[in-house]
Amino acid sequence: MAFLRFSLLLLVFSFLSFSFSPAIYAGEIKVYTFDEFEYRLYQEDDNIYVVNFWATWCAPCVKEIPDFEKLNATYKDRGLKVLFVSLDFPGQLESRVVPFVERMNMQAEVVLLNDPRANRWIPRVSEKWTGSIPATLIYAKGFREFYEREFTFEELEEIIKPLL
Amino acid sequence: MKKTGILLSAMFFALSAMAQGYQIGDVAEDFRLLNVDGRYVSMADFPDAKGFIVIFSCNHCPYVVAYEDRMIELHNEFAPKGFPVIAINPNDSIAQPQDSYSRMIVRAREKNFPFPYLLDADQSIYPKFGATRTPHVFLLRRDGANLRVAYIGAIDDNYQDATAVQERFLANAIHAVKNGKTPDPAVTRAIGCTIKTR
Repeated sequence: MAFLRFSLLLLVFSFLSFSFSPAIYAGEIKVYTFDEFEYRLYQEDDNIYVVNFWATWCAPCVKEIPDFEKLNATYKDRGLKVLFVSLDFPGQLESRVVPFVERMNMQAEVVLLNDPRANRWIPRVSEKWTGSIPATLIYAKGFREFYEREFTFEELEEIIKPLL
Repeated sequence: MKKTGILLSAMFFALSAMAQGYQIGDVAEDFRLLNVDGRYVSMADFPDAKGFIVIFSCNHCPYVVAYEDRMIELHNEFAPKGFPVIAINPNDSIAQPQDSYSRMIVRAREKNFPFPYLLDADQSIYPKFGATRTPHVFLLRRDGANLRVAYIGAIDDNYQDATAVQERFLANAIHAVKNGKTPDPAVTRAIGCTIKTR
């Protein structure tokens, strides 16, 4: 009986926590649907936001991660925030993404976008995006540009310097 | 002077259209590419086809892998109705060794592909189509002697789970074409792997 009561409590609790928190946590990595995520593409403050869409299986993405990390480390004290948005399969969050983030020692924030209906949300990131990754959105007050390409640290720096 | 300006801007538009690849309604050129069976394949080899499902594909990309079974089902469903699948690997094998010709043969055998799986060896075909990723689908419909682009984009609206698909974009587009209608949507977007070049 006590066991049953406990199980019931657990069930109710897990139901409550599920229904009240839109994002699920795995370590530090939040999982979003696009509707939950979208506001992070439109933050109206004095920061510079560099939003990079990537995946552990995407070789050119993996190659440029240290450059984005360096950008974040160099300019975070001056109001620049790098946000890595993983498009890995959600079932591989624990097995692939978390170990990858630890191995690469990624310091900037990492989230996972779990929204398979990409035709609905890709144009809401940018009308210019055909859907290939890596892709990067950079925005700040009075500036918004989308890039479906790879970057080096120097190329990123050239874009963000006038915005500092 | 004004004429030169118009000419220049016309040239510019022509060039930028070329850079973007085919748009809906454009005539698609035929190609002649090496298949995994060692033979060369052209669309002209299928005189009875009412059109083609051209899919830029590869071995390595997880989004392609997620769709491989659906590609096979599409071929089995629509080849008898006149719309066979032709898969083309546009990736450079030095840049992406997993997508080499020999690995294509292995993958085609493993999955028992019922459709041609061709190699765009000199990477000259994918830019004509304007493919930017794998998988990237182009539905062609026969219009007299020509093949015109009728639909560009994704196979359906759920790469993660075939059983959770709500809209079969490509299948719907084929049904529209078969009924003499214009697919709606005619263009969709999906996440995919970039095409690998040196």
